[in-house]
Amino acid sequence: MTEIHVPPLLDGVEPVQSVRTPIRMEYTFTPGVAAQTYLREFGNKKILGNVSPVDGAILVPPRGADPRHGVLCEEFVEMPHTGHVGSYCVTNVPIPGRELDLPYISAWIFLDGADVGFLNLVAECPPEECRIGMRVEAVWKPDEEIATTAENILYWKPSGGPDIPFEEAGVRSWHARKKGGSNA
Amino acid sequence: MLERKVEAMRKVAIVAAASRQETKMLDTEVEMMIPLISEVKDKTGLDQTDIGFTCSGSSDFLAGQAFSFVMTLDAVGPVPPISESHVEMDGAWALYEAWVKFQMGVIDTALVYSYGKPSPGSLQDVLSTQLDPYYVAPLWPDAHAVAGLQARSLLEQGVVTAELLADCALRTGTVDSREEYFSQPMLSDPLREADCPTYADGGVAVILASEEKAEELCEKPAWITGIDHRIDAHQFGVRDLTTVPSARIAAQKAGVHDGPIDVAELHAAYTTHDFLLRKEMGLPEIPTHSQRSYPIKADTLMASGLLRIAEAARGIWEGEANRSLAHATAGPLLQQNLVCVLSGERN
Repeated sequence: MTEIHVPPLLDGVEPVQSVRTPIRMEYTFTPGVAAQTYLREFGNKKILGNVSPVDGAILVPPRGADPRHGVLCEEFVEMPHTGHVGSYCVTNVPIPGRELDLPYISAWIFLDGADVGFLNLVAECPPEECRIGMRVEAVWKPDEEIATTAENILYWKPSGGPDIPFEEAGVRSWHARKKGGSNA
Repeated sequence: MLERKVEAMRKVAIVAAASRQETKMLDTEVEMMIPLISEVKDKTGLDQTDIGFTCSGSSDFLAGQAFSFVMTLDAVGPVPPISESHVEMDGAWALYEAWVKFQMGVIDTALVYSYGKPSPGSLQDVLSTQLDPYYVAPLWPDAHAVAGLQARSLLEQGVVTAELLADCALRTGTVDSREEYFSQPMLSDPLREADCPTYADGGVAVILASEEKAEELCEKPAWITGIDHRIDAHQFGVRDLTTVPSARIAAQKAGVHDGPIDVAELHAAYTTHDFLLRKEMGLPEIPTHSQRSYPIKADTLMASGLLRIAEAARGIWEGEANRSLAHATAGPLLQQNLVCVLSGERN
């Protein structure tokens, strides 16, 4: 390492080991066409999906694009509030900034008819009973607290009924049905 | 030696381009880019699986989100998996990366795109964060203030006069007369509003093709006959702000002076930058040819440079130019400069 020579004046002065230069920047986001449509209806307790113009695959939540093909999705479809667990994870450590009872279950929820899942919480279910293929339904916030926000659904709870067979649960269903053509 | 090196270079051409700029866009980056990327694919008849390499340029500081470019890949259709890269720079540098891939001989076509949406945040603050983090950035000088320091230097040393700046503003249409220019109050003394850029959201996509492929995809490919980029020091204190050696060298290496230039597309956001760039690149101080530099209608950080290259190519496609020059800049006060020379003739 290069030897650094400092003026004798600085002999014995404690070296600076770190500098703090705080940065804060503020943004006002616009959600875009698809997310805006989705959030407006989510504020009416409706869940929308996008329909791929390529092969009809249903993508929830809608992002305005079928990312497999790089095409715009302009068609929306209303989804049921029931689905199944495509995969899940039981977490025993807290998340900074969120108060969740431990352990909690985060899961990929596949709505009935949807071709992709989204991340959400599963509750009212002991972790040892959670399983791939388990059927779930949405638990919404009280009506007076519903707004145009992703927080409208508190969590998903088991809804009973027979499980989706493992080989058809989650994205496996997509492959099982050969949807999405050669690109899927 | 040099001759042999040039001979060995693979010829690469720009065969399609599409762009969009608006003051404030409500679309997401993906919604903005899909129509542009689809347009260049349609123009060339290429499908994503036909494209050898995809490279983009954008900034997380504009998006306010880490790895924001990954989300924008939704606009490309990267399934089945594609060969892809990204630069946190203007798309002109993404194009340079793709050009290097062509030279490696591993691709015949490339998709290059870039975009910037400054409207959700404060661009002046974003631009401050690119300054030296110890001594300059904590003072939060905005881009116009830093440009004002440089303009003062240029005026006091007599390198440029206020009349020349007024004429530049007049030429590029930000004012209708010298009187109007001089009646404007100072925005960032000694710069007036007419000297400074306005900003817009926008994006641009281009397709590049090798000499083996270009003529199949485009009637009149815009051949890249030279491309080079150079960087000046980051620290203002060691730079003479009245010169831009990096632009001068890049122009020389790109072969700007090897023939007449019919169209010059300069990424000059300030009148002072237009003046400095012309001087360093040996272009006429008062352009004799089509002057389409500042205002670029408005500056779109991360896209303006690639947009200049797309516009220079358009000059060739439309028969307006036989040889055109495109310039891109990044960093504070023209710190980094890329120069690209395009020709309607392959050799």
